[in-house]
Amino acid sequence: MNDPELETVSIRVNGQHRRVPKGISIADLALELGLEPTKVAVERNLEIVPRSTLGQVPVEDGDDYEIVTFVGGG
Amino acid sequence: MDKDSWQVAGRSFTSRLIVGTGKYKDFAQNAAAVEASGAEIVTVAVRRVNISDPKQPMLMDHIDPKKITYLPNTAGCFTAEEAIRTLRLAHEAGGWTLVKLEVLGEAKTLYPDMVETLRATEILAKEGFEPMVYCADDPIAAKRLEDAGAVAIMPLGAPIGSGLGLQNKVMIRIMVEQAKVPVLVDAGVGTASDAAVAMELGCDGVLMNTAIAEAKDPVMMARAMKLAVESGRLAYRAGRMGKRRYADPSSPLAGLI
Repeated sequence: MNDPELETVSIRVNGQHRRVPKGISIADLALELGLEPTKVAVERNLEIVPRSTLGQVPVEDGDDYEIVTFVGGG
Repeated sequence: MDKDSWQVAGRSFTSRLIVGTGKYKDFAQNAAAVEASGAEIVTVAVRRVNISDPKQPMLMDHIDPKKITYLPNTAGCFTAEEAIRTLRLAHEAGGWTLVKLEVLGEAKTLYPDMVETLRATEILAKEGFEPMVYCADDPIAAKRLEDAGAVAIMPLGAPIGSGLGLQNKVMIRIMVEQAKVPVLVDAGVGTASDAAVAMELGCDGVLMNTAIAEAKDPVMMARAMKLAVESGRLAYRAGRMGKRRYADPSSPLAGLI
């Protein structure tokens, strides 16, 4: 349990609870979810995270993410 | 034929038909309909990505935002705050400032809430957005929207998705006459003649989704709408004849045998 590699944090992504490895960036999170960061926009705790900084912002315990993209609409 | 383009927020477009991308059977049909419509602008919605199936096809893979202008909408938003949040995310996702603002009053009619719509327009314009605004057929509200920074006024012709055709020709004509920004009928068109009516009133364009997507043959209807918008526009520019209450023969009366 003391191995830092196995430590995880608890977050919400699009309303769903998830556990992800501690210390990863939002860009890592997007990749882990199978998403292409260039096609989505990320909101973290109600604040937009500029795409250019996704690689630098660490995912922290308790974070609430909305990850959106464009879909068909009128 | 001379070139008859229209401008919105400093951008120039040739096609006066804007089409939605919702309700299609699949992306292939959607893309084919957009192609047939000749539209240069499509509306798109902003929604959560499906994280349980991230590999499913995405709109951007089928309709290229480099070739077709994406107009992100705020469909489903009932407050100014929801709409602004949605458009900020849209801006981050695609970088666009030209957006379609709609703030709905209630779900049954999808009629716009003009108080919230005006409030959202003011805030968005201050943030650098260029909102094209879905609105009531209310010339006074339209004027206020313009003053607040709306780059286009988009009154409904009938409830969204109803296909009833223009129920409010008089008000839309008044809005066209007074507006300094483009006026587009957004919502209510059911078939080609409805689109032509909107254009004959002098509107700068028409925005539609369901009329094409729910046609039995959406691609053929897309082409019909393209022709109707062009036809209505030409008729408006040509200047229609005056109306008479009684007949006026087209053949000369002189020389009758």
